[in-house]
Amino acid sequence: MSTHDHGDHVHPEHGADDPHAPIDDFDHYRPESLLMEQALRELLMEQGVFTAEDIQRQIDLTESRTPALGARVIARAWVDDAFRAALLADAKPALGSAFELDLANTPELTVLENTQAVHHVVCCTLCSCYPRNILGIPPAWYKSREYRSRVVIEPRSVLKEFGTELPAQREIRVVDSTADMRYLVIPLRPQGTEGWDEERLAALVTRDSMIGVAQALVP
Amino acid sequence: MSKNVHDMGGDPAGLIDRAEHSRTLFDQRVDAMLRLLAHPQKGYFTVDAMRRSIESLDPQAYHELAYYERWVRAVRQLAIERGLVDEAALEQRMASIAARRAVKP
Repeated sequence: MSTHDHGDHVHPEHGADDPHAPIDDFDHYRPESLLMEQALRELLMEQGVFTAEDIQRQIDLTESRTPALGARVIARAWVDDAFRAALLADAKPALGSAFELDLANTPELTVLENTQAVHHVVCCTLCSCYPRNILGIPPAWYKSREYRSRVVIEPRSVLKEFGTELPAQREIRVVDSTADMRYLVIPLRPQGTEGWDEERLAALVTRDSMIGVAQALVP
Repeated sequence: MSKNVHDMGGDPAGLIDRAEHSRTLFDQRVDAMLRLLAHPQKGYFTVDAMRRSIESLDPQAYHELAYYERWVRAVRQLAIERGLVDEAALEQRMASIAARRAVKP
């Protein structure tokens, strides 16, 4: 049987054809938590609050949002000055029309552009607020005590842990997200990409560069 | 004024564990339940109410529980507060699922 290793424990794989199939983590979580989830879900379905189909559709929607979408947005902003200006001025309508995204029921979004003078880093000290509709679910470290505690007081050393060293004279601005306001960073466009098309550029845009803990990849 | 447990900006802390974690079905379902309940057009509760519920967890539980384990407790609390589920019925259902799965709660 194939397994995958989480470091401290090992899970049986669900199906060889789908390595990303979620796992029912009975050895990882408290049984009470798993029972609570199932009991709540069953009772709320019986009450007509939502259906099993609603749950599945919501999971599919959440999983469909990945950093690849964000990378397309950034690549567009790099090549299209009018789009970049619209994005920086009022991000949700600009994204809605350019990428056919329905962002009506999502929190406000502010897009921040990195320059030679200023570098932005996004965090959420209080919880885990993140531009989920553009980047998907936040990475575990984004939600960790260590990142939330430290990035607001020692961003330069936190960036260094991510392998990111910026010139000493470049200002680092850390923005703290809230339930109502999320942030997305436009990283600096790497040198040597003049004339590249959007698809090629998008491959240089990593999730971490849109959070601001890294820069875009250098070709 | 002392800070609440969730308010950790500026606190001393160690190195960041940058390991990537895949989501479990439990994570996905808890996440989906919250999204459905907090959808502005449904209005069962708001994200702010959810945060208040997470932030009022016992500090020890806040630190010990995994992320979505905190969430499921917060959803439970709000669902009871808003009268969407009955606390006793929930306890009973958990016990009967445990019996079905032959797992101790």
